[in-house]
Amino acid sequence: MKVGIAMNEPAKDDGIVLTEAQKRARRSRSIAIALALAALVVLFYVMTLVKGPMVLIRPM
Amino acid sequence: MSLISEGADFRSPIAAGAGLGLVEPSLVASSIAEPSLASVGDYIALMKPRVMSLVVFTALVGLAVAPGSLHPLTAFTALLCIAVGAGAAGALNMWYDADIDAVMTRTARRPVPMGRVQPGEALAFGLTLASFAVGVLGLLVNVLAAALLAFTIFFYVVIYTMWLKRSTPQNIVIGGAAGAFPPMIGWAAVTGSLSLEPVLLFMIILLWTPPHFWALALYRTEDYARAGIPMMPVVAGDASTRRQILLYTLILVPLGIAPWPLGFAGALYGVTAIVTGAIMLALAWQVLRERRPVERASRHLFAFSILYLFLLFAMLLVERGWGGLIARLAA
Repeated sequence: MKVGIAMNEPAKDDGIVLTEAQKRARRSRSIAIALALAALVVLFYVMTLVKGPMVLIRPM
Repeated sequence: MSLISEGADFRSPIAAGAGLGLVEPSLVASSIAEPSLASVGDYIALMKPRVMSLVVFTALVGLAVAPGSLHPLTAFTALLCIAVGAGAAGALNMWYDADIDAVMTRTARRPVPMGRVQPGEALAFGLTLASFAVGVLGLLVNVLAAALLAFTIFFYVVIYTMWLKRSTPQNIVIGGAAGAFPPMIGWAAVTGSLSLEPVLLFMIILLWTPPHFWALALYRTEDYARAGIPMMPVVAGDASTRRQILLYTLILVPLGIAPWPLGFAGALYGVTAIVTGAIMLALAWQVLRERRPVERASRHLFAFSILYLFLLFAMLLVERGWGGLIARLAA
């Protein structure tokens, strides 16, 4: 029966579709997060080079 | 005398801001339904960059005048963490205060009341930054500095923003401590301890805060009253606030001079503190004699108080810190 088929069909759900402006905003936020994390990695790397084994010693 | 409107309805203050024309109604609507349009600039605005710059400057002075040595990269890391920690506190403040920000002219265009950043996003951003700032400071500098930074963020967000700001006219008197901690954190980053000198710097900023903010509140009284914030002029009235501004300035000025006779600072600092302190007192006296709607003296005191604090700390940096900082960079 046509009605039954229609009732059993899963509703078509594309979720939230972002506009171009929203995509651009998300991309710029993602790039900023990536840069911040990269800077953090560099900071830890350089500080480890500078401090050497002392990096494990954390005075009060 | 209370200027807070008894009929004020703040159940939906962002909407109230829209009703007052302070917030774009379409942005309020879109902020509820649409995915975020927040730009990187909006997130930077959440961190209150102007407040951050003052925090970094006072922390730099604490760091530079402290005895001992610190590798330049460690000093940079400490300042970065303090700056990010201050930014985290600013974001958490904007998350919690979105309702009152929406009804105040000065703050209505902030990212959360404008609907560009969702409150939940501001909360997550603030908590993430705070965790990173405290964690990195503890791992790469020292635990005392990290603990002080964590306490500063807690004090600003929980004690000041969530509790004192909306409940007592003494909000900025006690809450001013949050802004006074950065030089102590800078000092602790170098020495791993605390002493009288950073406590004195703390006290100077603590006692500077009431005259500074009350001078602003005197010509923003209606704004604070509309938002339901019990600032001193709103609750105690105009005349009482003016008397208290003079009283706090009378305590602040000798305290500002104190580093000189105590031997923490030289003659250049001493002369600067005396001259600028005299100007602060003269302006506070003018504020006492002024009556609304005239607000010139209040505006002058507010503006000069920023210069006053900047000059005191700049002189410390020039006299004591600059040489040490250059030596550290050269080491």
